[in-house]
Amino acid sequence: MGISRRAALKTVLVAGAAAAGARPAKAAVLAQAPADAVGLLYDTTLCIGCKTCMVACNEANALPADTTLSPARLYHAPADLNARAKTVIKLYADADGMTRSYLKAQCMHCIDPACATACMLGSLQKREFGIVTYDPDLCVGCRYCEVACPFNVPKFEWSSAAPKIVKCELCNHRLAEGKEPACSEVCPRHAVIFGKRSDLLKEAKRRIDESPGRYIPKVYGETDGGGTQVLYLSHVPFEHLGLPALGETPGPERARSLQHGIYRGFAAPLALYGVLGLVMWRNRSAAAEDRNDDAR
Amino acid sequence: MTTRAEPMGGSLDTTATRALAGLLGLGAVLIVWRLIVGLGPTTALNDGYPLGLWIAFDVVTGTAVACGGYAVAILVYILNKGRYHPLVRPALLTSALGYSLAGFSVVIDIGRWWNVWKVPVYFWHWNFNSALLEVALCIMAYVFVLWIELSPAFFERWQDSSFVALRRMSRAALPMLKKASLFIIALGLLLPTMHQSSLGTLMLLAGPRLHPLWNTPWLPLLFLISCVSMGYAGVVFESTLSSRLFGRRSDTAMLAALAAAIVPLQIAFVVLRLGDLAWQGRLGLLFAGDGRSVLAALEYVLFLAPVVMLSSAERRRDPGQLFRAALAMIFAGALFRFDTYLVAFTPGPQWAYFPSVPELLITVGLVAGEILAYILIVKMFPVLAKEQVA
Repeated sequence: MGISRRAALKTVLVAGAAAAGARPAKAAVLAQAPADAVGLLYDTTLCIGCKTCMVACNEANALPADTTLSPARLYHAPADLNARAKTVIKLYADADGMTRSYLKAQCMHCIDPACATACMLGSLQKREFGIVTYDPDLCVGCRYCEVACPFNVPKFEWSSAAPKIVKCELCNHRLAEGKEPACSEVCPRHAVIFGKRSDLLKEAKRRIDESPGRYIPKVYGETDGGGTQVLYLSHVPFEHLGLPALGETPGPERARSLQHGIYRGFAAPLALYGVLGLVMWRNRSAAAEDRNDDAR
Repeated sequence: MTTRAEPMGGSLDTTATRALAGLLGLGAVLIVWRLIVGLGPTTALNDGYPLGLWIAFDVVTGTAVACGGYAVAILVYILNKGRYHPLVRPALLTSALGYSLAGFSVVIDIGRWWNVWKVPVYFWHWNFNSALLEVALCIMAYVFVLWIELSPAFFERWQDSSFVALRRMSRAALPMLKKASLFIIALGLLLPTMHQSSLGTLMLLAGPRLHPLWNTPWLPLLFLISCVSMGYAGVVFESTLSSRLFGRRSDTAMLAALAAAIVPLQIAFVVLRLGDLAWQGRLGLLFAGDGRSVLAALEYVLFLAPVVMLSSAERRRDPGQLFRAALAMIFAGALFRFDTYLVAFTPGPQWAYFPSVPELLITVGLVAGEILAYILIVKMFPVLAKEQVA
């Protein structure tokens, strides 16, 4: 409640400043990862595709198994991330099957998340440790986050009458108990490890330096799409793994700067309203004068 | 000015109204089913295509055709063409009904509809980065403004009602509305300018997943331009049909004069879009020969068709030609909007979307309900002008 009231006060102040023509605070634009940012580092050369992480994830998050692809209902075998799978191990193999790689998909916890830019009431938002978390109380189920996310991560409970958005929240309920995320805890090969983002980045660069030729010499997520808190090391080109080339500018920046450009301080709409009123008032008095002339 | 809006009268119980009520009833049953079992079993929506027919048609296209009130108000109040005033009230009615339908469709479409009241109320949670928040607040406000703008039509009828309370309220409200009209009309011009452009900004957030033929920072302006021509075309459509239906003299003379102001908009749209494609070095994509390039090319053809069809004053005064040109305008804008929201959105090859039968029938039911409401209201309340000045 205290937070809500403070937020309310802040909104009033921002709105007041905006109405006065001041530049609104660009609070939501993060150039850098938050100081307490945590994340995951996944290494394709270590993963053996055992999918233990998927099972542990469902257990830790109380998600039912997705047996859609298993007629005998024996396997948790989601085709992709969905409302019953917050993480999925995928396999990439090229045409002749010579180059192969596993890929672990889950929320990237972007430094500047497009889903949070989209979300009307801030249901999806970067909260503690820079984790993008979900608050169903503030969600109307519009699914604009699904449109916005360049990694196609947020998923919707299509078969529920009271659906929620489902996505990895980096096991923040486990972090609160002093534990690490389920996926990294159970990984038998330490292919996915948990830690502070800055430490993970250092570790990734150390591995690249230590074994030249083993990796594509790039840490995906360091700057991609403005940077993510989940980082990848790979021996195959990243686009094969479904990690798109996004450039260094945060994805939501263009749409957001356009929106802010038009609505800066709400000045343009107010000015337009004034001009419209003025023109109509002038037109109306001119029409009244015409009528008076006619009457004479 | 010798025109006066009058109720059209006539029976409310006709074959047409019964058929429309039947379609509405079917839609209503399906809506209840959707609310009970959720969106998965009733729609073709999925995690790749989370927005579908209800958003692309009912909201994004429907509100544009419902911009008649906006388009006509610009011409009448801002460009000072007061003699076209008889067009305002029917245009406002189609706008009010179209926007109400859009708002209702959103409530069916969103998963957690019981939370929707929080959007206007929880102002301390407002995310000013969200183009959708702007659209949502603006459309909610505009539905309200439209019904207020239209309310004199109801109060004029009720001021002679036999119910004392209704009569008193109407007689008190009418002079108040007249005094406030300038502020209300200006609001009715501001709000569509804001949310129709934001409907363009909205899809820009899809970023790399929006196909380059539609991915331009000019989307807000393109959406704004297209809503004016679609709104105007909607008025032509509605006026032509209502003159047939109720045996009124048609408004062709007025509509033809307004067409001269709309044709340049169609040209501006095409020049702006092609210019931007050329500037970004993407013109070649138009000739890629794939489905998306064909649809994009078709948009340009449809946008330019009315320019040719209405090239001379003589052609503009031909009611048939005007009607056909209006249809082309509606199809042009509708295709542009459908493409931007569905075709240009590329979540990946593993995803596909085509609306399910219940999805289609719910939309059909809602549109039937809109037409039914239009017929009932113009029969009972003074909306349409019976005698026209040529």
